[in-house]
Amino acid sequence: MLLHAIFFYLFAGVTVASAVMVIAARNPVHSVLFLILAFVNAAGLFVLMGAEFLAWILIIVYVGAVALLFLSVVMMLDVDFTALRRGVLSYLPVGVLIGAVLLVELLIIVGAWVVGPDVAKAITAPIPPPAQVSNTQALGLVLYTNYIYFFQTAGIILLVAMIGSIVLTLHHKPRVRRQIIAHQVARSKATAIEIVKVKSGQGLP
Amino acid sequence: MSTAMNAATTIGLGHYLSVAAIVFTLGVLGIFLNRKNVVIILMSIELILLAVNINLVAFSSFLGDIVGQVYALIVLTVAAAEAAIGLAILVAYFRNRGSIAVEDIDLLKG
Repeated sequence: MLLHAIFFYLFAGVTVASAVMVIAARNPVHSVLFLILAFVNAAGLFVLMGAEFLAWILIIVYVGAVALLFLSVVMMLDVDFTALRRGVLSYLPVGVLIGAVLLVELLIIVGAWVVGPDVAKAITAPIPPPAQVSNTQALGLVLYTNYIYFFQTAGIILLVAMIGSIVLTLHHKPRVRRQIIAHQVARSKATAIEIVKVKSGQGLP
Repeated sequence: MSTAMNAATTIGLGHYLSVAAIVFTLGVLGIFLNRKNVVIILMSIELILLAVNINLVAFSSFLGDIVGQVYALIVLTVAAAEAAIGLAILVAYFRNRGSIAVEDIDLLKG
């Protein structure tokens, strides 16, 4: 129990500290790296809660894909990021005020949280004992049966996102010559070659 | 003393919800502080969604219902899609205007 507490405070502390650095770092590349640190430590929190599959998904999808997407976009944009930082201090009072109000409200809710007496009856898919069924298997047992439409919807969302981002970022430079197979197939003898009658003894002019 | 030690070492639902609340607030604060930089705003949205995921997994774990983790999976999907589309819009916008400052995005102001 003490080990659990030690690891909880380690992961929680590093998560919160790196979340602070994400919004406070001057260099956006540092922000992305701290975002990666926050995700890895949140994955540690997930492991502590017994959600190993989501922890791995968090590391693979977020650190492996989303954070590197951020990193490549930040490095690709030729922007003076220090100019964008200007005026941060003028937003600081109202930001801190709203943040403090939000945090106090959330902590009041969390502090007064009591699990209702009839919640146990409302559970739709109880977690099986981890010694018999692993977390990944338990998740698959509900995800592919009762929640198959959620799973399919997630796939459609990813498909739409993929097509959308390709359509948004694809652009053809007009001076780049591209292979157009239809044009190649549509070539005929008339458009491809020119037949010239050459008299014997004379070359072409 | 012993009850305080117990409250500190017995990690319950409230501890995880507090972490999620702090991360959520930091995300909202990040949107307020970096009002000019779209990249940091997108990262703050990722932080907010991470806090939501911590909440969902904490409730799933402590109430013993695995459906919360299914929802967390869906939120993860939506967050990944949102990041991809947001960054694509950002790249397309930068290609057209040569700037990513939020205050330059005012073509629809009329």
